[in-house]
Amino acid sequence: MNIVVCVKYVPDAQADRTFSQDNTTDRTNVDGLLSELDEYAVEEALKLAEAGEGEVTVVTVGPDGAAEAIKKALQMGADKGVHVLDDAIHGSDAPATSLVLAEAVKKAAGGSPELVLMGLASTDGTMSVVPAMLAERLGLPQITQLSSLEIADGKVTGRRDSDAASDTLEAPLPAVVSVTDQINEPRYPSFKGIMAAKKKPVETWSLADLGVDAGQVGLESAWTKVESFTARPPREQGEIVTDEGDGGTKLAEFLAKAKLI
Amino acid sequence: MTDIWLTPERVALRDAVTRFTKKHIAPQLSQWEDDGAIPRELHRTMAESGYLGVGFAEEVGGSGGDIIDVSIVAEAIIQAGGSSGLIACLFTHGIAIPHIVASGNTDLIDRYARPTLAGELIGSLGVTEPGGGSDVAAVRTRAVRDGDNYLVTGSKMFITSGVRSDFVTTLVRTGGDGHDGLSLLVIDKGLPGFSVSQPLRKMGWHCSDTAELTFDNTPVPASQLVGGEGEGFVAVMRQFVNERINLAVHGYAVAQRALDLATEYARTRETFGRPIIDRQAIRHKLVKMHRRVAESRALTRSVIERAAAGEEPIADACLAKNSAVEACDYVVDEAVQIFGGAGYLRESEVERHYRDSRILGIGGGTNEILDDLAAKLLGYSSGGKR
Ligand SMILES: Cc1cc2nc3c(=O)[nH]c(=O)nc-3n(C[C@H](O)[C@H](O)[C@H](O)COP(=O)(O)OP(=O)(O)OC[C@H]3O[C@@H](n4cnc5c(N)ncnc54)[C@H](O)[C@@H]3O)c2cc1C
Ligand SMILES: Cc1cc2nc3c(=O)[nH]c(=O)nc-3n(C[C@H](O)[C@H](O)[C@H](O)COP(=O)(O)OP(=O)(O)OC[C@H]3O[C@@H](n4cnc5c(N)ncnc54)[C@H](O)[C@@H]3O)c2cc1C
Repeated sequence: MNIVVCVKYVPDAQADRTFSQDNTTDRTNVDGLLSELDEYAVEEALKLAEAGEGEVTVVTVGPDGAAEAIKKALQMGADKGVHVLDDAIHGSDAPATSLVLAEAVKKAAGGSPELVLMGLASTDGTMSVVPAMLAERLGLPQITQLSSLEIADGKVTGRRDSDAASDTLEAPLPAVVSVTDQINEPRYPSFKGIMAAKKKPVETWSLADLGVDAGQVGLESAWTKVESFTARPPREQGEIVTDEGDGGTKLAEFLAKAKLI
Repeated sequence: MTDIWLTPERVALRDAVTRFTKKHIAPQLSQWEDDGAIPRELHRTMAESGYLGVGFAEEVGGSGGDIIDVSIVAEAIIQAGGSSGLIACLFTHGIAIPHIVASGNTDLIDRYARPTLAGELIGSLGVTEPGGGSDVAAVRTRAVRDGDNYLVTGSKMFITSGVRSDFVTTLVRTGGDGHDGLSLLVIDKGLPGFSVSQPLRKMGWHCSDTAELTFDNTPVPASQLVGGEGEGFVAVMRQFVNERINLAVHGYAVAQRALDLATEYARTRETFGRPIIDRQAIRHKLVKMHRRVAESRALTRSVIERAAAGEEPIADACLAKNSAVEACDYVVDEAVQIFGGAGYLRESEVERHYRDSRILGIGGGTNEILDDLAAKLLGYSSGGKR
């Protein structure tokens, strides 16, 4: 089965993250990496490909640095990469991103892909909407947020867990599927994988290559706009309860005051 | 010119091993220190991720890569919260199987090298004896030919991973006195007359099990011979260059880690109303520690680069190891000092590095032996030429 995995290059959540002058996420002056939640989608694709025949193609839409996300996926074992790189994409929101991805996925798969895998959400935007939007644009069924997945008889079946219940969902292939961080344990790039990735093909496409009109994407045509932002307030000093024989009472009083008990 | 230590592939390797260590090693290390051993499972996990076989060719079951890559793996493990002792027991194959691989004996390679690099078997190297380790040519363990077997009698001391290992690449005397009477035999655990001591109790390297092994007329098939009879000493000496380089990497990498831990501590620890890093006495300590790390790393890496290019830098490997050992001893001592009372407690990482480091100047050739070897090779003797 030929699988396309959509991955995102995001600012490292452990480093300082900032905004640019135009109130978009600063993706240039920060350390970036393959969104950790997308590693689960890459891993799932590799497992499926290893179990049968087929190829795994990773697609990313992003600035120069996004090539790093592709490289990481190739080091893990994906076969080839596609990087959609175009200055006009800067500032795109989820609808615009899904538009570009849809064209890139079609072109990468040479028509219709058999399976598109995606992560639960990006670790920067954390919107979780792109899989659904992409499915709509591709005219394919979607099953999102799976914590287990099986392919058989031309169908994809999986489990979506929520606090209240677990649903078993099924869709005919081809389909767009997003997976959670419960589905597997992503592998580390092996040394062989790291060396092999050097020789794997990566294509870079512009909007023109995909036949996407630059006017449909970018900051100007985004449906939402960031007006202003403030840094998260520093964490407040906690209250230290010293136990002088009455620690339990003090703790209970504190919890009661905070209306926690 | 691009730094060969910073190629994109090596940056990725360091990053991957760092993540592996933070997840699969660092959180459990204290427990393994208490247990006195690491679990077998770790060998498999490490092999599955493809880091156990770095430095060994794919043809023998390794992952490829050279001694620079091996050094990057060790640096990354230590910097991410691993330890010298952890590497000693997890990578014991680094001293146990190179002779097997170098001999080109495909039968031994298939039975020992391949499964070890896959994390299925654990190997160890038996050279040192209770009677002495420095004088390798004086090995007394005898192997007497008896039909298709050798009958092995004697004992081996301080054998890393000796408690857990499935086989021991053992230096034995098949011939007369002197180094050309020595041969290497791969001896399986469980053979008659082969007994293993309780784990030896040590100052450091607690997670690394160490044993005394005894052979009493142990029958070892002659097919277990690595290379030819009489070739053991040279094979062991050849690999010593790599072992010394690897221990030098432990030295500067542990020193770097201890420096980083001490620096972080000094930034946050306040006395008399100010962080102690603001005191000249502490700052100068840190900068001297930094200098020692930088010096020993630069020297060691230059030797590693020459080894990677195919040279056999015997004398310089001695200098590098002794330099890194000295740097490490100095830096871990100062790091404990900067931590004050906290540095004396088991729960501080620097305390472990302090104990673990003491072996570096003893194993793989003591400081004195390496100085002596370097002196000879560099011509510092009455008959020598310089
Ligand atoms: C934790 C640990 C793990 C080890 N792992 C292994 C292993 O896996 N396999 C293995 O084979 N061995 C192993 N060893 C043994 C190690 O290689 C030896 O301890 C080392 O070679 C020194 O030998 P020795 O202890 O017999 O000391 P000795 O050789 O008895 O030396 C004692 C002292 O005398 C000095 N000395 C000796 N000869 C001279 C000389 N000619 N001139 C000046 N000074 C001299 C030495 O430098 C040393 O200071 C390990 C040791 C330890 C402690
Ligand atoms: C095993 C053990 C037993 C102990 N027993 C007792 C006991 O019975 N009773 C008791 O009261 N205490 C005891 N102590 C505590 C001991 O006295 C302290 O650890 C010691 O005074 C150092 O204090 P500290 O650990 O807080 O280090 P810190 O004061 O935090 O010092 C950390 C480092 O900074 C340096 N430093 C601090 N201030 C300055 C400065 N102004 N200029 C330059 N350098 C500076 C120190 O020299 C040290 O290297 C014990 C400690 C241990 C480990």
